[in-house]
Amino acid sequence: MMRTCLGIALLLPVAATAQSEAERGRAIYQKWCTPCHGTGLGKPGTAAAAAHGAKPAVLEQRTDLNPKVIETAVRNGINFMPRFRKTEISNADLAAIVAYLAHK
Amino acid sequence: MPLPPGVSAKDFQTVLRQFEGVVGAEWVFSSDEEVALYRDAYSPFWNEPEDPVPSAAVAPDGVEQIQQIVRIANKYKIPLWTVSTGKNLAYGGSAPRLSGSVLLDLKRMNRILEVNDRNHYALVEPGVSYFDLYRYTQEKGLNVFIDAPDPGWGSPVGNTLDRGGGHTPLRDHFSTLCGMEVVLANGDVVRTGMGALPNARTWQQYKYGFGPYVDGIFTQSNFGIVTKMGVWLLPMPEMRFVGTVSVPKHDDLIPMVDTLSYLMNSNIVQGTTRVNSSLTAQARDPELIALRSKPGGASVPELEDFLRRKNLPYWSIDLPFYGPTEVVPAQWAFAKRKFSAIGGVQFRDGATNKLPPSPEDLAKVANPVPLGVPSLAIFSALGPNSHGHIDVSPITPMTGQAVFEVMEVFDKVLKEMGIDNVGVVPAGTYYPRSFFFLFTFQIEHDVEKNRKMRAAFKRLVQVGAEHGWGEYRTHLAFMDDVANAYSFNNHALLRLHETLKDALDPNGILSPGKSGIWPKHMRKARA
Repeated sequence: MMRTCLGIALLLPVAATAQSEAERGRAIYQKWCTPCHGTGLGKPGTAAAAAHGAKPAVLEQRTDLNPKVIETAVRNGINFMPRFRKTEISNADLAAIVAYLAHK
Repeated sequence: MPLPPGVSAKDFQTVLRQFEGVVGAEWVFSSDEEVALYRDAYSPFWNEPEDPVPSAAVAPDGVEQIQQIVRIANKYKIPLWTVSTGKNLAYGGSAPRLSGSVLLDLKRMNRILEVNDRNHYALVEPGVSYFDLYRYTQEKGLNVFIDAPDPGWGSPVGNTLDRGGGHTPLRDHFSTLCGMEVVLANGDVVRTGMGALPNARTWQQYKYGFGPYVDGIFTQSNFGIVTKMGVWLLPMPEMRFVGTVSVPKHDDLIPMVDTLSYLMNSNIVQGTTRVNSSLTAQARDPELIALRSKPGGASVPELEDFLRRKNLPYWSIDLPFYGPTEVVPAQWAFAKRKFSAIGGVQFRDGATNKLPPSPEDLAKVANPVPLGVPSLAIFSALGPNSHGHIDVSPITPMTGQAVFEVMEVFDKVLKEMGIDNVGVVPAGTYYPRSFFFLFTFQIEHDVEKNRKMRAAFKRLVQVGAEHGWGEYRTHLAFMDDVANAYSFNNHALLRLHETLKDALDPNGILSPGKSGIWPKHMRKARA
């Protein structure tokens, strides 16, 4: 019993940290990604994903994005999407975006 | 990654350590992986050795750090290539003209120092994007309207320095520049205009100060590093309205453009527009294809007849109006009266938007940039498989005759070169009293196709110059070609630029090759 309680006590801060990292990632995502990958008209990333058959085309609605895919897209770019420099999206910010997209 | 030309590996390591001492180790990037992030995402040299690559990047956070960096660069003869937000896509992105340059990345300098909605201006640092500025004005509830270029992730400083354009009454961005702070190659800090006055009260309200007006020499140039800039904004207009005017015949374009010119130069039509031909949308019609395929091509009467039978005009132009709700309808009525001199002219009321637009209105708009809202919507025009684009963009007279001549001359060149994948936007009005053409080439991940495209690009620049049409701005790859085309009196203007370069930057550390301006010791490399 004691061990179980200790386990929960240790996990709670970890979960809370993951939650706050995802929250931070949400804000970073909205700044850097939403203008192209958001919902509605005039979102060329969403339109391109739809043209390539991605379902759903809005990244925030996807459940199959793994960290490697996200990191590769941000650092290498895809088609007309350019790569992003570390002065724009730092490694820590990129990790937060990954946390956000994985945490939903 | 390459070393800066003429710099030893040992000295370069010394330089990097000194840069780290200035900005901190985390803001000096020298691994292959980090430096690769600065390559041009829309490079016409995809997978070719000519694709320019930096040697490293350094990202300062303030003017004093930049002063220290240029002093180190002078000592070791390190070329520094400056970017603001680094999103100058189609013109080189964040890549240097000269491989081995150290990227001076100003993205961290992203402070909005002031937005004033009584005199309507902003004072910003280079790393501030149009998105940032818009968010700031929204959060503060400021009564200003922003003219953004098509992609909103660019910066007011960078776009203005490259003399970019937007869509609204303040679309000629250089004309909105009011005062700048510049770090010179020797580390000296200069403030232009009224900023030269200690305790200046009107740095962003009056452009000229006293004496020679030097702001222009820091645009499309490599004479200094701009660290602050004032840009004028518009008081929020009450509304935007678009009215469309259409004419039935080919030659109607001549009085149509003359009328457009009158209305634009009278500040009645106040936004970017362009000439549209109904033939563009009909390009795949079998009858039109057959007409154009016959020997000698389609005649003007045949094309007019083709369109008349489809009940389509030959030409149309969307006229944007901005202003008070009482005034805009009167402007449209006046425009219609002026165009009514053209036989068969037709008018159609288009979109009306209250400003600032409500969230509900924005949700219905494919591209909100003309409504003063920065966006990335323009990238939809490239298509989902695009790897980017570059553009030949000559400035021509604002006349119907110029449209006919440009289309005929350039169409002939492209056909001779076997190029058929060019998207043409004829005759835009980004800048007053002139037309701006856009011949768009897609970047391919195919070396041979890119070589062919670059040859066509250079040929269009050359042919344009032979006809008196010059590029307004260009990609890194063509800067020498364009600079050499401005050759009046044995390249007197370029020689003046070089004189200024030698005086202001004798070691040639600032952005070598920008706009065809090379330091003295590199001039033999000029194409």
